[in-house]
Amino acid sequence: MSSVATLQHADVHDAHHEHHHHETFITKYVFSQDHKMIAKQFLVTGIIWAIIGGLFSVVFRLQLGYPESTFPWLEDLLGHWAAGGKLKPEFYYALVTMHGTILVFFVLTAGLSGTFANFLIPLQVGARDMASPMLNMLSYWFFFLSSIIMFSSLFVQTGPAGGGWTIYPPLSALGDASSGAKIGMDLWLVSMAMFIVSALLGGLNYITTILNMRTKGMSMTRLPLTIWALFFTAVLGVLSFPVLLSGAILLLFDRNLGTSFFLSDIVVAGKILPNEGGSAILFQHLFWFLGHPEVYIILLPAMGMSSEIISVNSRKPIFGYMAMVGSVFAIAILAFLVWAHHMFVTGLNPFLGSVFVLLTLLIAVPSAIKVFNWLTTLWRAKIRFTPAMLFAIGFVSLFISGGLTGIFLGNSALDLHLHDTYFVVAHFHIVMGVASFFGMFAGVYHWFPKMFGRYLNNTMAFIHFWITMIGAYLIFWPMHYEGLAGMPRRYYDYSSWSSFNMFNGLNEFISFVAMIVFAAQLLFVFNFFYSMFKGRKVTDTNPWGANTLEWTTPIHPGHGNWPGEIPEVFRGAYDYAKDGKEFIPQDVPVGDDETKGH
Amino acid sequence: MEINKLIKYNLFPLGGDREGLVAMEQRKKIHPHKFTLWVGIGSLLMMFAGLTSAYIVKRNQASWQTFDLPSFFWYSTVAIVASSVTIYLAEKAFKQREMSKYRSLVVSTLVLGVLFIVFQLLGFQQLYAHEVTLTGNVSYSFIYVIVLLHAAHVVGGIIVLLVLFAKAFSRKTRTYNSVPVELAGTYWHFVDALWIYLLLFLIMIR
Repeated sequence: MSSVATLQHADVHDAHHEHHHHETFITKYVFSQDHKMIAKQFLVTGIIWAIIGGLFSVVFRLQLGYPESTFPWLEDLLGHWAAGGKLKPEFYYALVTMHGTILVFFVLTAGLSGTFANFLIPLQVGARDMASPMLNMLSYWFFFLSSIIMFSSLFVQTGPAGGGWTIYPPLSALGDASSGAKIGMDLWLVSMAMFIVSALLGGLNYITTILNMRTKGMSMTRLPLTIWALFFTAVLGVLSFPVLLSGAILLLFDRNLGTSFFLSDIVVAGKILPNEGGSAILFQHLFWFLGHPEVYIILLPAMGMSSEIISVNSRKPIFGYMAMVGSVFAIAILAFLVWAHHMFVTGLNPFLGSVFVLLTLLIAVPSAIKVFNWLTTLWRAKIRFTPAMLFAIGFVSLFISGGLTGIFLGNSALDLHLHDTYFVVAHFHIVMGVASFFGMFAGVYHWFPKMFGRYLNNTMAFIHFWITMIGAYLIFWPMHYEGLAGMPRRYYDYSSWSSFNMFNGLNEFISFVAMIVFAAQLLFVFNFFYSMFKGRKVTDTNPWGANTLEWTTPIHPGHGNWPGEIPEVFRGAYDYAKDGKEFIPQDVPVGDDETKGH
Repeated sequence: MEINKLIKYNLFPLGGDREGLVAMEQRKKIHPHKFTLWVGIGSLLMMFAGLTSAYIVKRNQASWQTFDLPSFFWYSTVAIVASSVTIYLAEKAFKQREMSKYRSLVVSTLVLGVLFIVFQLLGFQQLYAHEVTLTGNVSYSFIYVIVLLHAAHVVGGIIVLLVLFAKAFSRKTRTYNSVPVELAGTYWHFVDALWIYLLLFLIMIR
């Protein structure tokens, strides 16, 4: 047996070379089992979804900013949804719901960790591919199937799901409740079931690859922080998505087979429904048991990538590596113990509420440790302001701003007032939405040269950064004031309430900025696709002077990543500015006269 | 021997496909596919934990009705426990290259698996006869969803067994790779243990 193993080891890359010769267009670009190609598939699909989801927000911001106006071109774009150039209320709800669903799941879950977990895990732990390339390919195709189903729901007569991205029953359980609760809702549930399968197949692979397939010398404490973050992201996904699946299954039964898991004592249009004994609150528990970890599924990869990018471009080791790992671990544990803070106003037992307040506020501790470490890494550093670095610093800024308002909302007493207002909208968009987008942008700018062997255009990148950074604050900062004044979220037309008339101008301003920021994202999309084919070519295998293993591969790595042996690892990923050297990659053996650690 | 011949004749001890090859090069302690399965089992457990937690929450609320489990569920328990034994013996026979014994044990497991499903369906027939219907009380709905979801996982296991069965009786393939058999065995023990857990849960928490 040992002789067979030796043979294999020596001949592995011959097999890989031979493998290349048989690659067709289909096996290389479509049904690829190469983790790098699958990552690109996730990224491009995510970008397409981001354009759709972003466009939806522009359309409903038009309604919110200019409730009195009509836009004839809207009818051309949306047909009967906007008859006469004015968005109908039911489709306003559909657009809000789809915006949330698309951005939370399809862009910031699949597009973010689907892309970077696939791309970075094998490259940074030193593996030829994922533990199971086959399951990995299936993961993308389940996501694709899920995307097709969700996309098709946009074209049904009654429109896509319209009960909010949280799909609370009874609105989502009764087909007669609204036009957004008909076939669109069923398609939403089926699509999400496919999505969950995709997320699970991906997650299983990520965990196994990280724990089981690291190269020689790559101990867990030498892993780059990106990998630690992606690892805990996968653990969260694997443990929480199945619970949402069970909730979705029960909801499908309620909708289509007449059960009453979530329904009880309901009267619709004067007619008493036969459903008895169900509880709508039960669904909220099942939903938020996923829903809260989902926040961290979105946020942790952005944290990990920002940590890596900040260290590389500060030319300094990350401050407090073990504290960074420990804080991600603590966040991952707490993520499972705070879900009911989304439910303070459901009539939750106040004692239970206070337990959830305590656990929620505890998250501030690991979060503050992370922020402290990012700032101390930046402190007195020789910072290179690359576009990736700017977005990583922007991430830290947004994480602080959005995190602070989380302390307000985590208080049950304050939440009674703030629940379901624009304060919540402002909070989660800054801390989870925009911040994670910044992490994703940072990742794209940083690893684009590794993905495509070309650079993104810097001028366009800087314009993109500054408009997005300033725009994000201009859009979401004022929403805090609207929320504090009691302005509820999800309403179709605030001008009908005299109490909110004072915000008419502000709403118009927010909508105006939102359009500019959306246009800046289109600039990014243009830069992305233009640079993929026409960008400046990468000539150095390690353009950023980084320590991690992905920069030891050729500029265009084939399937199998390293043409020869996989490099052995001798040190952690953050030996920057050590012993007079600017950086020491992980595959450089430790010298005799080298000082020990940092 | 060249690596392609190894692949062609499936002579790898731990995973004969290219995928297993990539995995093998850096293999440590446990085969990556086995590890993946264990993480997957953890994930599936969370789904059932979600459902049984929902069951516990609902049980404390008004209008919860109790009922007795059908006797056929006990027969199905016997069938699935027996099948766990046969697949264990099949695994052992495979590793000792006792192929005819292996074949008959795979067939026995398959038959017992199908028997489990048949008994489950008969059990539901009994429930239905006692007016315990899907759309009745919430407690009735729960048992349908939980038990049927478990049965769906057993059906998945039966499909895996059918693949093993086809391989075992194929004259073309001669495989000595025990990983697929071990994976199937682990999964089958999991659905067995899950059933016993669900049965005890449904008996004790009513």
